[in-house]
Amino acid sequence: MSDEKRESFSETEPHEADELHLSVSRRHRTAPALYGIMGEFNNPSDLVAAARRTYEAGYRRINGYSPYPIEELSEAIGFTRTSLPLIVLIGGILGGLGGFFMQYWMEVVAYPLNVGGKPYNSWPAFIPITFECTVLVAAFAAVLGMLVLNKLPQPYHPVFNAPNFALATRDRFFLVIEANDPRFSHDETKQFLNTVGAKNVSDVEI
Amino acid sequence: MMHVSYNAPTELKRLQQRALPLGAVLFAILVVGFFLDRGQFFRSYLFAFSFWAGISVGSLALLMLQHLTGGGWGFVIRRVLEAATRTLPLMLLLFLPIIAGAHWLYPWTHAEEIAKSPALVEKARLYLNLQFFVVRAAIYFAIWLALAFFLNRWSILQDRTADPSFSKRMRVLSGPGFVLFVFTVTFASIDWFMSLDPEWSSTIYGFIFVASWALSALAFVIAALALLTKYDPLKTVVAPLHFHDLGKLLLALVMLWSYFAFSQFLIIWSGNLPEEIRWYLPRIKGAWGAIALAVVVLHFAFPFLFLLSRSLKRNPHKLVLVAGLILVMRLLDLLWMITPNFTGEHFHISWMEIVAPLGMGGLWLAFFGWQLSKRPLVAINDPQFESVLEQGHSHEAHSVV
Repeated sequence: MSDEKRESFSETEPHEADELHLSVSRRHRTAPALYGIMGEFNNPSDLVAAARRTYEAGYRRINGYSPYPIEELSEAIGFTRTSLPLIVLIGGILGGLGGFFMQYWMEVVAYPLNVGGKPYNSWPAFIPITFECTVLVAAFAAVLGMLVLNKLPQPYHPVFNAPNFALATRDRFFLVIEANDPRFSHDETKQFLNTVGAKNVSDVEI
Repeated sequence: MMHVSYNAPTELKRLQQRALPLGAVLFAILVVGFFLDRGQFFRSYLFAFSFWAGISVGSLALLMLQHLTGGGWGFVIRRVLEAATRTLPLMLLLFLPIIAGAHWLYPWTHAEEIAKSPALVEKARLYLNLQFFVVRAAIYFAIWLALAFFLNRWSILQDRTADPSFSKRMRVLSGPGFVLFVFTVTFASIDWFMSLDPEWSSTIYGFIFVASWALSALAFVIAALALLTKYDPLKTVVAPLHFHDLGKLLLALVMLWSYFAFSQFLIIWSGNLPEEIRWYLPRIKGAWGAIALAVVVLHFAFPFLFLLSRSLKRNPHKLVLVAGLILVMRLLDLLWMITPNFTGEHFHISWMEIVAPLGMGGLWLAFFGWQLSKRPLVAINDPQFESVLEQGHSHEAHSVV
C-alpha cells in the first residue's frame, strides 16, 4: 500500500549514483566486459515474483539485492542449500573433542593431580570447558565459514557499476542475471527482464 | 477475507469427548487406590500433579514471554497458552488433596521425625509447618491466578473492542509477572518437592523447575499447534517459519534445563559431602541409574542433536515427535526426582504411578479443550495480526506442510 509513497519519495531524491556513472564512463574507453544484466524493482514482492519467474525460465546464475533480508528471495533464486551449517557442526564437534581431550591430556597424561580423591579422568568436571570450547570453535567456524563462502572481504564488485545501485541500501530492489549463465543471451535476457516487470534494465560491466 | 471465522475447529470437541470419559474413569480407578494404599496414592498423585501443574504454570510463563518479545511465533500460540493458563483454577482444586495428604508425603509433618534432627527443629518451626505451607501455596496460586486472569481478560477485551492499548497493558504486566513466576516456582518447588527430603537442599533446585515447567509447557504447545494446524483456521495462519522459531526456543529450553540439572549434579558430585550426595546415590544405581541415563540421552542428547537441524524444526510432523518425546521424558525425570525420596535405592513402580498422570491428564486435556474452544484461535484485533497473517500467506504456496 505504501508503494506509491515510496516511489514518489525516491523520485525526489538526488541521484547518488552520478559519481558511479563517471567512473563507469571512464572505463568505457577500454572494451568493457559484461558481468550481467540488472533490473530494478520498487518493492520486495515484485522482486520475489520476478526472481521466481526468472528461475522458472531456466536461469540459474541469478542474484537479488535488497535493503533488508527477504526470506523468500533466497528460495526464489534457487539458493536453498548452504554448507555453512555443516561447517559450524564440524567446528563444534572439533571444539568439543579438542576441549575434552585437552583436559584429559592435562589431568591424566601430562600432570596427574589428585583432587579430592577423585579419579584423574573426572569427566563431569571436564564438561563445562568442553561445552565452552564447543561453542567457541563453532562460533569461529560460523564467522570464518561465512566469510569464505561469501568470498569476503571483497573490495570490488561489478554490481556497484550499475546505475541507482546505491539505492539497494535504501528502498530499491535489484535482480541480476549474470552473463556466465548458460541461458544468457544479451538481447533476449534484457527483453526477458522487461517482461517480468523490471524497471531501468541495464548492462552491468565488469 | 473480511468474514473469515477464527473459531476453534469442531474437531476440538472430539478431543474433549475422548479425554473427559477416559480421564474420569482413570481418575476413579486412582481413587480406588486411595483405599488400597494411601501412601502410594498420594505419592503418585503428587507426581502427576508436578507434571500437569507444570504445563499450566509454564504456559503462563511462555504467555508473558511472548507478550514481552512479540513476534509471529508467540502470536500463533497465544490462544493455546491462554487456554492452558485458564486450567489453573482446576490445578488449584487438584492441589487440595496434597494438603490433605501432607501427612503421608512430607516427613516434616511428623513431630517425631523433626525431633530426630536438631537442624530440622528450627526449620520446621519457621518454615516447614503445615499452616505456613498452606499459606504459601495460597500465595503462589493467588499470584498465578491473578496474572492469568488479567492476561486472559485483556486479551478477550481487545478482541471485542479493538483497542490497541490492551497490548501495552499485557506487556507491562508481563515484565514483573515474569519475575514473580521465577520466584513463585522456585518456592513452590522447594515446598512441594524438595521438602520431601527436608534435610537435603540444593539452591538450583527451583531453577530446574523453572526451566523444566517452561520446557514441558512449550513441548505441549508445539504438539497442540501441530495438531491444530491440520484444520482451519490455523491452517492458513501458521507457517513453517513459526515452527522453526518454536523449535529454536525448544532447543534453548532443552539446553537451559540441561544446564541447571547438570550444574546441580556437578556441584554436589564435586563437593561429595555426605548430606548432599545421598540425594544422588540411590538415583544413579540400578534401575534408577538406567532411568538417569535415559534422561541424559533422550531428554538432552537426542533432542539437542535433532533440534540443530533447520529442516526438521520446520517440519511440524517431525517436530511434534520431539515434543512428544520431551513430554514423556519430563514425566520420567519427575518420577526419578520424586519417587526415590520414598523408595530409596529400591526400584518400585506402582500401577498408580501410571494411572495418576493419565487420569489427571485426561481431566486436564478436557478442561483445556473446553477453554480453547471458547475463544477464536487467533487474537483478531492484535496489532500484529496483519503482519503475521501476511507471513502465513506468503509461505502458503511453497509450504511443505
